[in-house]
Amino acid sequence: MTESAPLLELRGISKRFGAVQALTEVDLQAHAGRVTALVGDNGAGKSTLIKIISGIITADAGEYWFEGRRVHVDNPQAASALGIATVYQDLALCDNLDVVANLYLGNEETSRDQLLDETSMEKRASSILTRLSVSIPSVRTQVASLSGGQRQSVAIARSMLGQPKLVLLDEPTAALGVAQTAQVLELIRTLREQGLGVVVISHNLADVFEVADTIVVLRLGRQVDVLDARQTSSGEVVAAITGAGSRNDQHPVEVTEQ
Amino acid sequence: MTASDLDPRLVADEPRLRGAWAGFRRRLGQGELGTVPIVLGIAIIWLIFWFANDRFLSADNLTNLVLQIAGTGTISVGVVLVLLLGEIDLSVGQLSGLAAAVMAVLNVQHGVPGWLAIIAGLLTGVAIGALQGFWVTRFRIPAFVVTLAGLLAWLGALLLVLGDTGTVNLSDKTITGLANTFFVPLDAWLLAVVVIALYAGQKLWDRRKRSAAGLPVVPLRLVVTRIVVLTVAALATAAVLAAGRGLPLALVIFIGLVVGVDLLIKRTRFGRHILAVGGNAEAARRAGIKVDNVRLLVFTITSTLAAAGGILAASRQFAVSQSSGGSDILLNSIAAAVIGGTSLFGGRGSAYSALLGMLVIGSIANGMDLLGVESSTKFMVTGGVLLLAATVDAVSRRGRQAAGRA
Repeated sequence: MTESAPLLELRGISKRFGAVQALTEVDLQAHAGRVTALVGDNGAGKSTLIKIISGIITADAGEYWFEGRRVHVDNPQAASALGIATVYQDLALCDNLDVVANLYLGNEETSRDQLLDETSMEKRASSILTRLSVSIPSVRTQVASLSGGQRQSVAIARSMLGQPKLVLLDEPTAALGVAQTAQVLELIRTLREQGLGVVVISHNLADVFEVADTIVVLRLGRQVDVLDARQTSSGEVVAAITGAGSRNDQHPVEVTEQ
Repeated sequence: MTASDLDPRLVADEPRLRGAWAGFRRRLGQGELGTVPIVLGIAIIWLIFWFANDRFLSADNLTNLVLQIAGTGTISVGVVLVLLLGEIDLSVGQLSGLAAAVMAVLNVQHGVPGWLAIIAGLLTGVAIGALQGFWVTRFRIPAFVVTLAGLLAWLGALLLVLGDTGTVNLSDKTITGLANTFFVPLDAWLLAVVVIALYAGQKLWDRRKRSAAGLPVVPLRLVVTRIVVLTVAALATAAVLAAGRGLPLALVIFIGLVVGVDLLIKRTRFGRHILAVGGNAEAARRAGIKVDNVRLLVFTITSTLAAAGGILAASRQFAVSQSSGGSDILLNSIAAAVIGGTSLFGGRGSAYSALLGMLVIGSIANGMDLLGVESSTKFMVTGGVLLLAATVDAVSRRGRQAAGRA
C-alpha cells in the first residue's frame, strides 16, 4: 500500500444538532484508487459525515482538505466543483424517463437550435455505461422497468457525468438481491480501477470485505478504528462497531436539555 | 457490450423490421398500448355513425366536426401540460370565456382593432395563469383549490366585463376570420405536402445523424412505413376538406399548437423538466431543476392556451355571452386529455392526446346531433366513453406492472 497524500482528508470534524452531538472530532482519509468503507451502527454518524463531505450540512468544527488544499465546502455545488459526487440511498431517478434522460437530468445538452441533442447525449451515455460495464437492455429503456441493481448502476453512472475524483455511495447494496449486489460491487471495483476515490457507507459487512481497502469504524459519533480490510476479520470490525471488548470505551457527550 | 452480456430476462428490440414488429407486439401484450386503442376507438365510432347516417363522413360534416373541436381542443392542449406536471387546472373553461369577453368588449364597445383585441385576450390568459401559478408555488396550496377559486372568480369577472348587455356580437373580420377562413383546395393540398415533407425530412435527418454517431437506428423500412401512413392520413384529410369548404384556418391553428406543444415537451430542456417534475419532483429538485419556475411557467402556458381556445370558440359563434366558457367545456377539455392517454398522475402523456381525445368526444357529440339524440343521452354516452378509456388505461397499467414497467 503506497502512502500517497490522501485525496480527501477530514480532521477533527464535530457536528451538533440541538441536544445531540452527532460527530465528535472525527478524522477520515480517502485515497484515489482506493475504496474506503464507512461502517457503524445506526446513529453512529455515518450519514452526517457523508452529508458534511457532500456539502449538504457544514461541520461546527474541524478541517476539510481536498487534494492537499484546505477547502470550505458549505453547499453541494462547492463539493461537486471540487469533484465530489454523491449517490444517495433513495436514488432520485425519474421512473417515467429513460436512462439517457435520467443521466442528463438538469444538465441536458442542446444543439445550436436549442433543441435537445439526443444523439450526443445517447452516445456519451452509452460510452459511460459501457466503461462501467453496466448491462442494461438499451439506454432508451424507461428507468421504471429496470431492476434495483440496474437503477443503482444508473444512479452511479449519473454521478460520473461530472467526471468526479471522489464518489460517495450511501448504502449502495441495501435492498438488492444477491446477483444485483454482485453487479453493484463489481461497479465499485471498476470505479477504483479507474483511479477514483470511493467512500462507501454500508451495513453489510460481507459487502464491505468484498470491496473495501480500508474500513473506518464510527461509533456514537466518534471514529473508533481504522482497519486494513485485508488484515482484519469481521469479528474485529463487529467488536469495533458495538464497542464490545474495547477498554477505554468513550461514551458520547450527551447534553441534557434544561 | 454484446447482446450475450445482457440479462436474458430483459428483452431488447432486435434490429430490422421483424424485430420492431415483435417489439411492438410484446409492448402491446405488456399493456403499453400507446395510441392503438384510441385510434381504434375513433374508427369504431366513425363506422357506427356512418352506418347510422351516411352524412356523418361527408366533407361538410367533417369540416363542422373540425370547427367544433378546435376551441375546446386548444384548451385541452394546455390541460395536457398541466396534467404532465401532476397538477390540474379547473379554471380553464371560465378563463376561456373571460379572455373572449375581454377581446369582444374591447373590440366592439371600445373600438380597439381586432388583432389588438385578440392579443389583449391572450394577455388576460397570461396574467391569470401567472397569478394562479404564483399562488400554487408560493403558498403551496393545491392547484385543485387555487384553480377552483379561479373558476368561480373568473365566472364573476366574465359577468362583470360583459356588463348589462349580457351578450356581445362580433363582426370584426380579423376576429371572426379565425374560425371562418377556409383555404381553397390548392392550399390544402400544398399544406399536406409541406407537412409530409417536413415530417419525412426530419425523420430521415435524425436517422442519418444517429447512424453517423454509431447509434442504433430505427429500421429504414419502419421509417418509410410511418411516412407512408402519415402521407395517406394527410392526403385523405386534404382530399376530404378540399371537397368541402376548404381547409379551415382553425384546424391549422389547432394542429399547429398540438405539434408545437409536442415539440416543446419532447425536444426542449423545458419539456424534459416538465416530465421530470411530473415523474419525481424531488429527483428533479436534486438535479438542479428549478421546480417552482417550471410549475409557474406551465400554469401560465395552460391559461394562455385556454384563452386562445376561448377566442377560437367566440370567433366560431360570432358572439361572447354569459355562458361562454361554461357548461361542459372544462370537463370536455380534461376528459379529452385523459381519453387521449395522458395520465392524471403526472409524467406520462402527449400533446396528441388532446387531438385524439377531442376527436372522440367531438365525434360522439356531432354524430348524436346528426341523429337527433337528446342531450341527456349524449352526456351519458360521453361519460361512459371516459370511464371506458380510464378503464383501458388502468387495466393496461396492471399489465405494465406485471411486466415491471409501471
